Amino acid sequence: MSTAVRLPSAALGVRPAARLRRRIRENVTAYGLLCAALLVFAGFSWYPIVRGILLSFQQVNFVTAPTWVGLENFQKLFADPQFWEAWVNTLLFTGLALVFGFAVPFAIAVLLNELRHGKAYFRLVVYLPVMLPPVVVALLWKWFYDPGPGLFNSALHAVGLPGLSWLDSPTTAMLSLVLVSTWANMGSATLIYLAALQTISGDLYEAAELDGAGLWRRLWHVTIPQTRFALLVMLLLQLVATMQVFTEPYIMTGGGPGDSTVTVLLLLYKYAFFYNDFGTASALSLLLFVVLGVFGLFYVRLTRRAD
Amino acid sequence: MRTLVSESQLRSGRGKTVYWTVFVIVAVTFTTAFVFPLIWMVLGAMKTAPELARVPPTLLPQQANVGAYVEAWNFMSLAHFFLNTIIVVLGAWLVQLAVDVPAAYALSKLKPKLGNVVLGMMLGTLMLPASALLVPTYLTITDVPLLGVNLVNSPLAIWLPGAANAFNIYLLKRFFDQIPGELIEASTLDGAGPLGTMWRVVLPLSRPVLGVVSILSIVTAWKDFIWPLLVFSDPQAQTLSVALQRFAPDTPVNLLLAGLVLASVPTIVVFLIFQRNILAGLTAGSVKG
Repeated sequence: MSTAVRLPSAALGVRPAARLRRRIRENVTAYGLLCAALLVFAGFSWYPIVRGILLSFQQVNFVTAPTWVGLENFQKLFADPQFWEAWVNTLLFTGLALVFGFAVPFAIAVLLNELRHGKAYFRLVVYLPVMLPPVVVALLWKWFYDPGPGLFNSALHAVGLPGLSWLDSPTTAMLSLVLVSTWANMGSATLIYLAALQTISGDLYEAAELDGAGLWRRLWHVTIPQTRFALLVMLLLQLVATMQVFTEPYIMTGGGPGDSTVTVLLLLYKYAFFYNDFGTASALSLLLFVVLGVFGLFYVRLTRRAD
Repeated sequence: MRTLVSESQLRSGRGKTVYWTVFVIVAVTFTTAFVFPLIWMVLGAMKTAPELARVPPTLLPQQANVGAYVEAWNFMSLAHFFLNTIIVVLGAWLVQLAVDVPAAYALSKLKPKLGNVVLGMMLGTLMLPASALLVPTYLTITDVPLLGVNLVNSPLAIWLPGAANAFNIYLLKRFFDQIPGELIEASTLDGAGPLGTMWRVVLPLSRPVLGVVSILSIVTAWKDFIWPLLVFSDPQAQTLSVALQRFAPDTPVNLLLAGLVLASVPTIVVFLIFQRNILAGLTAGSVKG
């Protein structure tokens, strides 16, 4: 390091000591500007990460010092039938959300990209629900789902169909939650796909057409490969986001009916803030992190490579 | 620009018919799916509670009671919760800028020793799902290390963790990186220190990215639910979202709907004004190239 510094400064005729002093001063200024960020990261991000890991293996009651309990928290979780139920429900939610939230926005984006009129309106409208606070969305849809005067059953009755029990039956409750969440969030996915579609060069479609490729083959061999990166990124982002679903079940069903909509995060919230069992809640966070960390890692690698 | 379907295909007789059929279907579906529910909410608030309970529901209120908005405002003391939310949101925004902008500037232009390690450690936190940190961050808030203070029910509980935002720092740093080094050197030769250079040269050039970061942080803070739910145990300290779900079971449905409309107005207005920046931020955030 020191020789690397000395050589060019000597060549420039700058005294090494002055050069070093300048470098030190620059570093001091830089860390001065960084200190606020370092403090908040240390206090509210890095420290909680370490603490969360430790807590997973501890029992805390805030009266006596935390005691080390090894894997007891995890054993407690594995013995809790709600734990398995929560994972099944969360995976069900994620799976359904991917079916709707992944495929539908892409189809919409492809469609919108073909339209020559009213694009600004469609872009605006599809993004509108994204801007609503999630609490508003959840409370509004709870009212829509009402089996009596609710909007959806009224619409079904109007066309002569029987109503559904939406949030009130274990078979439809999760699907109802997925519908709300998809409605509320698909605007961002749609617009991201739309942006990706707009970067595709028209020449590719031209060439495919000359080779005799019909509409579906052009879609399959040009559109999808050209937007592969955006599709992959959104897949990972949505996996991570939907596996942390909380607001909709918390507000709309409270986990019911039965335990049919208890999600991992809802269970975590219950352990921490109903039972004050922060150790077990942390163990659950750690499990969630291990599962989601894999997708997060892929995501970071993917975006790094794209830079 | 050439897309999946070519212009010539669209211009053919059959192409035109198909195009306009699809267009009408899309226009009707989109309006029904995304605008109609909002109109239903706005109109619902103006109906009376018995009218809202009627099967089948009415489309237009029999007697539009615009006063329901005022009634809801008073019934749930919305002024108080709006003020709480504004304090939380504006504070979160300012603290984020004050913390993240200098950090990104230092990492981008001053390139301190170990700067890459620091940046890497910050970016590493992006891999963590927010929920994995919920419990330990909450416990940190209840007893901040070294200071030993309890921040529950204080806006600082939102502001400080919110400032540890690796995504903002990354976005800002990427923008600062593009500012030519000559400008910085010229400013230094003029005798400006790093702070002066940041303030007078870099920040004025960075208006677009500062706009994006600002809007993202304001909208995110306004929409947030789970973290404010945890840290505001005192009903009087709660933000609008948390208060609304607390009021929901005991509020007549027309007044609740009016409350929901009022709570949505700020973000919708911000969106209508800053569409461009919001959409730019959206694509900057996830897909590059």
